[in-house]
Amino acid sequence: MKKMKKFIALALAMTMTLTMTACVKKEAAETAAAPADSAAAQEAPKEESAPAEEKADDAAAPAAASDLKVGFIFLHDENSTYDLNFITAAKAACEAAGVEYVLKTGIPEGQECYDAACELADAGCGIVFADSFGHEDYMIEAAKEYPDVQFCHATGTKAHTEGLANYHNAFATIFQGRYLAGIAAGLKLNEMIDKGEITADQAKMGYVGAYTYAEVISGYTSFYLGAKSVCPTVTMEVTFTGSWYDETAEKEGANTLIQDGCVLISQHADSMGAPTACETAGVPDISYNGSTESAAPNTFIVSSRINWEPYFAHIIDCAENGKAIETDWTGDLSTGSVELTSFGAKATAEGTEEAVEKAKAELEAGTLHVFDTKTFTVEGKELTSYEADVDTDADYTPDHEVIKDGYFDESGADFRSAPFFNVQIDGITLLDTAY
Amino acid sequence: MENKSSKKPLFHIVKIDDISGPREWAIRAAAIIAALLLCAVITTILTGDNPIEIYKTIIEGAFGSQRKTWITLQNISILLIISLALTPAFKMQFWNIGGEGQVLIGGLAAAACMICIGDSLPNYLVIIIMTVSSIAAGAIWGLIPAFFKAKWNTNETLSTLMMNYIAIQLVAYYTIVWEVPKGSGKIGIINQNTSAGWLPNVGNKYLLPIIVAALITAFIYIYLKYTKQGYEIAVVGQSQNTAVYVGIKVEKVIIRTMILSGALCGLAGLLLVGGINHTITTTIADGQGFTGVMVSWLAKFNPIAMVATSFLIILMDRGAGEISTAFGLNQSFADILTGILLFFIIGCEFFLRYRISFTSDKKERRESK
Repeated sequence: MKKMKKFIALALAMTMTLTMTACVKKEAAETAAAPADSAAAQEAPKEESAPAEEKADDAAAPAAASDLKVGFIFLHDENSTYDLNFITAAKAACEAAGVEYVLKTGIPEGQECYDAACELADAGCGIVFADSFGHEDYMIEAAKEYPDVQFCHATGTKAHTEGLANYHNAFATIFQGRYLAGIAAGLKLNEMIDKGEITADQAKMGYVGAYTYAEVISGYTSFYLGAKSVCPTVTMEVTFTGSWYDETAEKEGANTLIQDGCVLISQHADSMGAPTACETAGVPDISYNGSTESAAPNTFIVSSRINWEPYFAHIIDCAENGKAIETDWTGDLSTGSVELTSFGAKATAEGTEEAVEKAKAELEAGTLHVFDTKTFTVEGKELTSYEADVDTDADYTPDHEVIKDGYFDESGADFRSAPFFNVQIDGITLLDTAY
Repeated sequence: MENKSSKKPLFHIVKIDDISGPREWAIRAAAIIAALLLCAVITTILTGDNPIEIYKTIIEGAFGSQRKTWITLQNISILLIISLALTPAFKMQFWNIGGEGQVLIGGLAAAACMICIGDSLPNYLVIIIMTVSSIAAGAIWGLIPAFFKAKWNTNETLSTLMMNYIAIQLVAYYTIVWEVPKGSGKIGIINQNTSAGWLPNVGNKYLLPIIVAALITAFIYIYLKYTKQGYEIAVVGQSQNTAVYVGIKVEKVIIRTMILSGALCGLAGLLLVGGINHTITTTIADGQGFTGVMVSWLAKFNPIAMVATSFLIILMDRGAGEISTAFGLNQSFADILTGILLFFIIGCEFFLRYRISFTSDKKERRESK
């Protein structure tokens, strides 16, 4: 009897353990499956869906060439392509420079960011970097407390007004990348017109945006102007999802636009929603922040992205050699910060690559400006003067004249790195502006 | 227990009426040890890392430096306050799963004060108004479902849950109203340059919630154990009929208790917004309104034991980050370990209440075959 009891007890325990192991493994498998859903992205104010657990991800670098240590704070982990873009660049830049680095992922845009930044400073980091727009205020708080540590923040707007010697903003002229992608879109429209699939008046594009934020407005306007430079009759409709990552909303948005008669779609939001909707509907697509050709082989044309590696290399160089880091650093085509992916094999129109290369050379040379005021109108008139809200304040007060030499000086050297173009130009219709 | 059917079960589950102290704690300890062992096995199988190192890293993540220790204590305090706030309601068998919304609405009230009157009134007055309005907002959020329950016996599980969504949507709405810069969908730190409406630093910036949590722990302990109102809560929770029979006004107790529950959640919201984050977002409560339910039940509504249960949850939470730092693992791995630990701790409650009794006689079983 006693033996029997023991045996059954053991069997029970084993069953329980096995059941639970099975459950746990399933959970792990589901987690692993999640990243497949994430898609292209690259923008500032990120959604606050991060779990609150302070969490870190780290890979100590190999033999360090100097004693500099760089700390990175990311909103999500590498399952988010927005953060993946930063993480990849951070690892590459630190390994190239041979400096030690610490990666903290999954840091929400709250006091957790301040805590993480301070912990990194406490741990001896000479540079602390954060990647999400909502991290900015907490980085500033930490910067005040650690004057000897350099705090760098991507997509932020406050460094030039905060007056802290150790707090810096950075961004890139991604509007140039979107302009070039827009040229590819315009040429595709021309091809459709030439083939008789649509008339010139039906050349309507759709754009899935996240928020009515200057960065998004700057993005879709530059994309539109790129298309317009080769296809003068083009118009565009924009819809907003109110989230930087919402696959369902983005898919729905893209479908609405397609039903509305849009014959080409682009996006400024993180998920695969729009590209997959396009592939299903057979509508050509310009995606963002990484090629989506593998998921949408028949409709993918091109994608623009910001490469953060040049900036990381730059701040590491500054810190190692005692040079001051710029208050606002704006990467562009010449620094290698703004890139286009390779073109889609099936959907791209003929001659696109040459046209894009030509425009790229002109942009780099400064002979072509994306927001040239002769190329667009606002309420039927040319824009000759515009005050933008460059210095962030709660009342959105316009404070800087940003039109000079006949173009809107987006992310100009006299202003700030983060985009501030928020003009509604003719030819673009906003379907909803709740966000 | 005699079973005359041809298939004799191998064991019966027998309820234990009274469990002795040492046995109870032995079962609990065994559950935690078993959980840690299983975690160790899974860690080794899935990652190949040394489980002892992982446990060490968890402790380091929570207490590795002075700042880490303070943050851990602060996080424990907030979770503890929310758990304590929910406790009187649960003890009354009122299923308040609206802690999340009550915290959020308290936080929203605090943020509204900071934004709207932060510049126009002296700071001490702003803080007083913030405190009052946060507590009142939380109390109202608790009162509404309680009122419907008391008057028309509506299902409080549903109504408190739905109140969460109303609070979340209100916060989402005001985020757009108060966003800086325009279109960004973020409020950012409120009054960053003037610090208007920021709760004062007591010693250091982490200490205030800790002190508040200690006071509330003592208060709830005394309130539930030694006051007449606390006794009424216990009676209503045990049996409403008994309560009515002995002359307790059940409606009054339900409403009064939920006001208290909501008010304390509102206070947690005040601490989160005015004392810690200085901003409001829809996720600022971070699910702690639900985690608090677990903390409270695990501690069997004992405020002192809740210190231990909230400590355990925060320890795993804080350790989660450090695990990934040291081992390059995904955050989900720490969640798996926490899940296993909680599974065992909750699962052991079964063995505290029931005993597995095996069929008593070998001979009997042979006969039954």
